[in-house]
Amino acid sequence: MAGKPKLYYFDGRGKMESVRWLLAAAGVEFEEEFLQTREQYEKLLQGGSLLFQQVPMVEIDGMKMVQTRAILSYIAAKYNLYGKDLKERALIDMYVGGTDDLMGFVLMFPFLSAEDKEKQRAVIVQKATSRYFPAYEKVLKDHGQDFLVGNSFSWADVHLLEAIFMVEEKKSDVLSGFPRLQAFKARISSIPTIKKFLEPGSQRKPVPDDKYVETVRRVLRMYYDIKAN
Amino acid sequence: MSGKPKLHYFNGRGRMESIRWLLAAAGVEFEECFLETKDDLIKLQKDGSLLFQQVPMVEIDGMKMVQSRAISNYIATKYNLYGKDLKERALIDMYVEAVIDLNELLMTHTFQPADKKEQHFATIVDKATNRYFPVYEKVLKDHGQDFLVGNQFSRADVQLLETLLMAEECKPDILAKFPHLQSFKARISNIPSIKKFLQPGSQRKPPLQEKDVPKLMKIFH
Repeated sequence: MAGKPKLYYFDGRGKMESVRWLLAAAGVEFEEEFLQTREQYEKLLQGGSLLFQQVPMVEIDGMKMVQTRAILSYIAAKYNLYGKDLKERALIDMYVGGTDDLMGFVLMFPFLSAEDKEKQRAVIVQKATSRYFPAYEKVLKDHGQDFLVGNSFSWADVHLLEAIFMVEEKKSDVLSGFPRLQAFKARISSIPTIKKFLEPGSQRKPVPDDKYVETVRRVLRMYYDIKAN
Repeated sequence: MSGKPKLHYFNGRGRMESIRWLLAAAGVEFEECFLETKDDLIKLQKDGSLLFQQVPMVEIDGMKMVQSRAISNYIATKYNLYGKDLKERALIDMYVEAVIDLNELLMTHTFQPADKKEQHFATIVDKATNRYFPVYEKVLKDHGQDFLVGNQFSRADVQLLETLLMAEECKPDILAKFPHLQSFKARISNIPSIKKFLQPGSQRKPPLQEKDVPKLMKIFH
C-alpha cells in the first residue's frame, strides 16, 4: 500500500519536528495521528507498533519506523537529500550531528522549571554562538556556495535552518554575528517547499507550551523532573 | 602518511569504543592518539581539527571526521557493513540507534553520584531486560538467521555484541532469559576479526574505573 507516510506523535514539536521539516522540504505529503491520551499510547504499545515502546513512529513504505535518526536517514536517502556519494554523506552526517546536538539543548527546554529555563536559554545561546554557528558560517564562507554540501540542497540545509529558527525563538538577534547564516536562512526559506512549510496552516508545529508538556507527561507518565545539562 | 585511520580520544571507551569495534570487525588496522591532558584537547581545538571543538575525531581518507554517528556510518558503508539496500539500512539504523540509547545508560553509570548509583543500576537492568533485549531476542527468533539483518554480518551485529558484553559487565547474568542472544553472543564473538579484538592485547579498552573519572573530568571540563 503506497499511501502517504503517517506520523505518530504528540501534537507538538519534540523529536518529530525534524521529520516534518524533512518531509515538507522533500515535497512529500504526510498524515499525522496525535497522541492525546494514555489509552491511545497503550493501544499502540499493545498492538506492537512501537518497536522500543517509544515515539516518534512513522509508517512509511510498509514499515513502522522508530528512532528519529533512522527515520530521517531513510527519508533523506529516499528523496535524494543525502548527497551524491559517500564523502558527501559523511559531511552531511557531521553537520546534521552538530545541529542535532544543538537542538538537544532546546528540546528539553519546555520541561524545565522556570529558573532552569533562564539558565538553559543562556546555555543554548552560548553553544549556538561559540560552537555551532561559527562552524557553519565558516563552511559557507570557505566554499561560497548556496548549500552546505556538494552545491546541492540536502538534509543538512533543512536541519540547519530548523536549528536556526529554534535558537532565534530563544534570542531573536542570535544571528547578528553571522552574515552568511543570515543569507543562508533567507535563501533556504525561499525554496518553494520550505516557504510553504513556513506559512500559517502548514503542519509545522508552534513553540511548545505548557499544554504540550502536560500532554507528554500524561501520555508517557513522565512525571519526574527534567534537569538541564 | 600511513593511510591507516587515526583515532583521537582519551585512552578509554566513551564514544570512541563503538568505532574501534567497527574498524576491528571490518579487519581495518588503526592508530590511536590519546588525549592525556586538557592541553592536548586545546591544541586540537586551536589547530582547527575539531569541527565542533569535540572528540571523537577520526582522520580517515583525507578527512578529519567528527560526530560518532557520522564516523560509524562512513566506516560501515565503506566496509560493506550497512546492508545491501535502503530498507536493510533502515532496519540496521533502527537497531543501532536503540543500542546507542542503551549504551548511553551503561556509559553514564560510572559518572553517577553515589546516592543515585543504585537507582541508575535498576534503570539499566529494567530497560535492558524489558525494552531492548526482548526486541533483539524476538528478531533473531522470528527469522532464525545468524545475523540481525539480511542474513548477513552488519554493524548492527557488531554494536549489539558490544552492548551485550557491556551489559554483562554491569550484571553478569543479565542475558539469563535470552537464549537467542546468548547464542548470538557466542556466534558473533567467534568471527575471526571479532575474536581477535576480544583477545588481550587488542585495542579494545577496559571499562572506566571510578578512579579514572577525575582525570577525565580535567580534560573535558
